[in-house]
Amino acid sequence: MTERDPRYPNRREMLRYLSAGAAAALMPGYASRALAQTGKLTVGVIYVGPRDDYGYNQAQAQAAAALKKMPGVKVVEQEKVPETTDVQKVMGSMIEQDGATLLFPTSFGYFDPHMLRMAEKYPKVRFAHCGGMWTEGKHPMNTGSYFGYIDECQYLNGVVAGYTSKTKKIGFIAAKPIPQVLRNCNAFLMGARSVDPKITCQLIVTGDWSLPVKEAEATNSMVDQGVDVITCHVDSPKVIIETAEKRGIFSAGYHANQAALAPKGYITGAEWNWLTVYTEHVKNAMEGKPFKNFVRGGFKEGFVKMSAYGKAVPDAAKKKADGIKAQMMKGDYAIFKGPLKDNTGKEIIPAGKAFVQTDPVLEQMNYLVDGVIGKV
Amino acid sequence: MTQNATALETGVVATAPGVTPGAKALSRSLWAPTLGQFGPAVEALAIPVGALIAAMLVFGLFMALLGQSPMEVYRLIWQGGFASSFSWQNTLSRAAPLILTALCVALPAQAGLMIIGSEGALALGGLTAAVIGHQMTGADPMVVKLAMAAGGMLVGGLWIAAAGAMRQYRGINETISSLLLTYIAIALFNHFVEGPLRDPASLNKPSTTPIGDANMLGHFPGLDVHWGLGFGIIFCVAMYVLVRHTTWGFGLRIVGGNARAAKLSGLPVDRLVLAACFLGGAASGLAGMVEVAAVHGTANASLMAGYGYAGILVAFIARQNPVAIIPVAILLGGISASGGMLQRRLDLPDATVLVLQGLAFLLILASETLYGRFRIFKPKGA
Amino acid sequence: MDGTELGWWGVPIGVLGGALRVSTPFLFVSLGECITEKSGRINLGLEGILVTGAMTGYAISFVTGNPWLGVLAAGFAGLLLGLIHGLICNLPKVNDIAVGIGLMLFGTGLAFFLGKPYVQPTAPNLPSISFGAWSSSPQIQAALQVSPLFLIGIALAFLLAWAFKNTRWGLVVRMVGDSSDAARAMGYRVNLVRTLATAAGGFLSGIGGSFLSLYYPGSWSEGLSSGQGLMAVALVIFSRWNPVYCFYAALLFGGAGSLGPALQSVGITSGYYLYNAAPYVLTLAIMIATCSTRRTLAGAPGELSIVR
Repeated sequence: MTERDPRYPNRREMLRYLSAGAAAALMPGYASRALAQTGKLTVGVIYVGPRDDYGYNQAQAQAAAALKKMPGVKVVEQEKVPETTDVQKVMGSMIEQDGATLLFPTSFGYFDPHMLRMAEKYPKVRFAHCGGMWTEGKHPMNTGSYFGYIDECQYLNGVVAGYTSKTKKIGFIAAKPIPQVLRNCNAFLMGARSVDPKITCQLIVTGDWSLPVKEAEATNSMVDQGVDVITCHVDSPKVIIETAEKRGIFSAGYHANQAALAPKGYITGAEWNWLTVYTEHVKNAMEGKPFKNFVRGGFKEGFVKMSAYGKAVPDAAKKKADGIKAQMMKGDYAIFKGPLKDNTGKEIIPAGKAFVQTDPVLEQMNYLVDGVIGKV
Repeated sequence: MTQNATALETGVVATAPGVTPGAKALSRSLWAPTLGQFGPAVEALAIPVGALIAAMLVFGLFMALLGQSPMEVYRLIWQGGFASSFSWQNTLSRAAPLILTALCVALPAQAGLMIIGSEGALALGGLTAAVIGHQMTGADPMVVKLAMAAGGMLVGGLWIAAAGAMRQYRGINETISSLLLTYIAIALFNHFVEGPLRDPASLNKPSTTPIGDANMLGHFPGLDVHWGLGFGIIFCVAMYVLVRHTTWGFGLRIVGGNARAAKLSGLPVDRLVLAACFLGGAASGLAGMVEVAAVHGTANASLMAGYGYAGILVAFIARQNPVAIIPVAILLGGISASGGMLQRRLDLPDATVLVLQGLAFLLILASETLYGRFRIFKPKGA
Repeated sequence: MDGTELGWWGVPIGVLGGALRVSTPFLFVSLGECITEKSGRINLGLEGILVTGAMTGYAISFVTGNPWLGVLAAGFAGLLLGLIHGLICNLPKVNDIAVGIGLMLFGTGLAFFLGKPYVQPTAPNLPSISFGAWSSSPQIQAALQVSPLFLIGIALAFLLAWAFKNTRWGLVVRMVGDSSDAARAMGYRVNLVRTLATAAGGFLSGIGGSFLSLYYPGSWSEGLSSGQGLMAVALVIFSRWNPVYCFYAALLFGGAGSLGPALQSVGITSGYYLYNAAPYVLTLAIMIATCSTRRTLAGAPGELSIVR
């Protein structure tokens, strides 16, 4: 059972654990606690969907694949793990059976209660969660969350969409009306309105993260209503981008680069670049440095990037988008600033006030800005 | 049944073709050991285990064709699902919800109904439990837990009883209606969890308001397996006694055997069918309550993890026997647990374990044909 | 109306377009199941066959560059799985419903396993036939883009209905399904007929799957089917084992399924989960209104385990 594990417990530990209890001693995972000195690290990555979904999970898996090339790093992966006790057992297995000491549970729903429970049980293992709101004092110090300000990319998607749209109607297909999604949708429209304030954005909610037929139907009904640039926030945008291409409208990608799916209509896209985050966590763990609990970043930190511009994008759009991107790279561009009204006419942000991207208030967004057709 | 069937059932033993009748008789008199009264019990164990071994062999061949070492695959399956106390806890915690959802199929099956709607009863039972748990915050935790269980079971029971009622009073096929009811239940669940009942603090994962730590069901002492497993086992044993050892259960099985005859003999057929459906639905509703009160602490979309559908399979492999459900669920849990091992060590996709499960279940189901074919299992005097 | 948007007209046009686009897999699977059930067997594994068909079709279309070869291969993959079901169920004492559920798991697992390399590439899709040239509205033109498979499906529905009544093999299948004893007395091989009927059902379901991956939505992924195969089995009973009714039921289901997105696109934004459940509520309501315990289901095969 343990002979395959490179970090077999040394004799002293073995004795200690034997005295603690025979069953515990036989669990290979306890060996991993000695690994900080060995310069080797086993990293566990857990995905909620298939690793190659052309979207959310693929973006994470690409970073995991790159980690494998780092010396001394071993990566174990498990896909399609539901947000139930299953994920607790998967985390436990990675620790106990594979000797992982750094875990990347990449789905939002893994955080509470699953990861928090496991973090209490395994206080020496680092848990880096994607998307969660780690709060000091509330959550264990061996847990943390990372996320990227991909709304910056969606804003730029919107800027380019503003130039390419002829009907002045753009569309956003969402899985569920949650803060992350609403923030992206709002940023998309606000980017477009920075070009032309008359633009509106149609929001359609499909109801779940992966419903290809519904997503295609949503795209079609948007095109029927005159929408001519579309983007989305679902787990796998493949179907939406392909349907948009078939109907002859423009599309902006999400999660990963989907340019190959729509050679004519793909204008640009919002992509993750998780390798930056992964590398930092791995280096800290290997060098025994403290765990960075709350990690956030946008363009400036290299957490997100844009797909290359498509053929249909006019030069003016490129110029304007590149200009804004340069400001974002400097870190002094606020997307959400007053005066800002929501689409029921209520004032959300008063004039003169601006939220910096790092403000946690933005991660609790529960409104749609003026110009988005839809309801939370 | 079919032509083959009658031929095979009338012939006592199936011997290899080419054996002369005389030799057959001789071999029977010389070599005819039986296991006596334990025969049927051993048979019920030996046949599915044999089928499982056959499935493992076929799966090993499949793996070998893909360039994996079958021995390594077997070793990892064993290690992942059954080799250590950790892997047993992994297996048991995966089996827990399946035991209850399988009952939702097996109980109506006693009355001859084929219900496939346990996922829906689970969802609504869980939602009810979450609402009750939140509404009763501050009350004595024991009372809250009982109320949550009762509420979940009531709603789940009524949901499946509705399918039974539609069949008894409107003649609607219960297989379809329970499937349709599942889709409707999930839509209602999502509508309420993401609409009127959503806790505004549940940011990126819409959920109902938490029931609070005090109202959570704990784990078995010293183990990482929650109490849902215990509920499931108790429920199974109770239902076994009810179905096999009471007059009520006897009546139910008569209905399952021949509803017309049951009606003629004066049995309250409609009531029996509705009660069986209600009990089945209650088991699923309890599974939902356990997911809320032992795992999530709220009702959210993660409750629909396919336990209801997996339960259908468990019930059929267990031949609708409430007690047999327990080992079958553990087997399924073990295969799922070892799937992770295959993914992490051999870099195989998640679907590998689906292939294994599918193969295992097809062969176990096919092996039903072998019952009564081996003389060795015949009880004395048969 | 300025020619680019439809407003409220978008709802009926969306539902019509949806009915034409989304109904085909339902149609093929339910026709396939109709043949199987007419022979007295039920195959609940069609969901697995549908997914296998979708994967095979996409893979073969990608490898050969010809989507029609993909459709054919999908059919044969389905036929093979149908044959497995048929042969296992020939064994005495084996429960066809349970085997179907096992097959669903096996088919899905196999498709996901073997389909991994085909998630990323883009395979050539099936062409469409345009029936909307008479209209100046691009929306109507788009809604009336019809897949040839859909037309084949309609033709097949009517052909099957005719064949069940008027051809020798149609009568044999029905007789086997209604009374195996009578069929056996007439000298027909009951198991053979049922196995062939299940294999034929698998063939059509496989084609139904290839429609998902090769026409609409037109790509292969593990989340492609959201239970269309399982639902189609229910639709057969809903349509009283009548192939032409299967066609109507498929249209109803396809159309009702696109109600949710269509309503949202005109601004009805709340309660989308409930609109998405419309097809199921509608089916249940129709069944409650039309079924009765006093008469047995017209057209129900007497040997079918689930009707009794």
